[in-house]
Amino acid sequence: MNDTNQRLSEDDVEALLPWYAAGTLDTQEADQVKAALATDAELSRRLDLVREEMNEAIVLNESLGVPSARVMEKLFAAIDRERRAVRDPAQGGFGSWLADLLTPRAFAFGAGAAMLLIALEAGVIAKLATQDRATFQPTSVPGTRGFEIGAFALVRFSPQATMADVTRFLDSRDAAIVDGPRPGGPGSLYRVRIARNYVRREELERLVKDFQSGSNNVIAVAMPTE
Amino acid sequence: MSANLSASDEILIGRIAQGDRLAMQVLFARHQVRVYRFVLRLVGNTAVAEDLISEVFLDVWRQADRFEGRSAVSTWLLAIARFKALSSMRRKPDEELDDDAVGAIEDASDDPEVSVQKKDKGAALKKCLLALSAEHREVIDLVYYHEKSVEEVADIIGIPEATVKTRMFYARKRLSELLKTAGIDRGWP
Repeated sequence: MNDTNQRLSEDDVEALLPWYAAGTLDTQEADQVKAALATDAELSRRLDLVREEMNEAIVLNESLGVPSARVMEKLFAAIDRERRAVRDPAQGGFGSWLADLLTPRAFAFGAGAAMLLIALEAGVIAKLATQDRATFQPTSVPGTRGFEIGAFALVRFSPQATMADVTRFLDSRDAAIVDGPRPGGPGSLYRVRIARNYVRREELERLVKDFQSGSNNVIAVAMPTE
Repeated sequence: MSANLSASDEILIGRIAQGDRLAMQVLFARHQVRVYRFVLRLVGNTAVAEDLISEVFLDVWRQADRFEGRSAVSTWLLAIARFKALSSMRRKPDEELDDDAVGAIEDASDDPEVSVQKKDKGAALKKCLLALSAEHREVIDLVYYHEKSVEEVADIIGIPEATVKTRMFYARKRLSELLKTAGIDRGWP
């Protein structure tokens, strides 16, 4: 609060009496107040007034009672609802990533991020729909990694695929672009959510393989990703 | 003891950030009463205060990994609680508190004059504490009951430290004036 070498004025000392009485001054200030009290009877009398106030303030607050059990029930019901939404993460690797993803903070942002993704998807799809005959061109989707839940693949679309082809295929698979494009040589890589639920690594590899093979050449490359 | 308690709270917050429900229960049990009383003094309604502290601790559960440890956990809790209380009163946190809330807290004591007649100085003092403005009541509670330092009060209310000292001084001055009106002259200020 104050420089260690700074002497407190009489007014400063008096202003600090409440904190002195409560024991919340730092040592330097407390020592100065204590020294002033030792030589100033009026200041000591005023400290007694402070102590009276403090005593009654404590009594008053203590008389306010305690919250009912309803508060704890409501709070932990809300917490448990959020916890139930969290899938049991797999051991290590991908599972650890998912566990990190589902910390309370990340989960709290999940709903907001989900809304953002919906808006982003709507924008991408709208653009695709209006350019039905054009081949698929990279459309920037701000990364939201860390907030989504699901299974994901890194995907490069075929240069020959049209916007309509991509949209139709993604819709048919309930898939969505969630991030990209990322630098990846010729063509661009997109992070695509291919399932809404978390799956283990082996299952993810199978899903990605199936995702690509069923794309009728809309997808050139697909690989599992976190 | 305070330092140990503070360190322990920080450990709990770290565990809560990892999704530890038990740590959340411990933190809640440790702080719920004081947070409740702080909020109740602001909003003056027990049902509203209970709803708000539930929201406060749910925020803690969700935002534990944002806690940077620059203040005590209890200070962080009170700051969240204050923001939520003021939001619930449809006020911005930097605006003055609602004085109407004071009347909502029941006080079974007599009027100050009657208390003085009973020579019950404590009861009169309590009555005058209840009669303070919400702004003055808040700073008095934070300093005397919640044992917050000048710096911590400044953090919770969002005002400079010098203003904290000034506000506390005027809160006490007003308290003396109310007591004087009730027939108790403390000879200060």
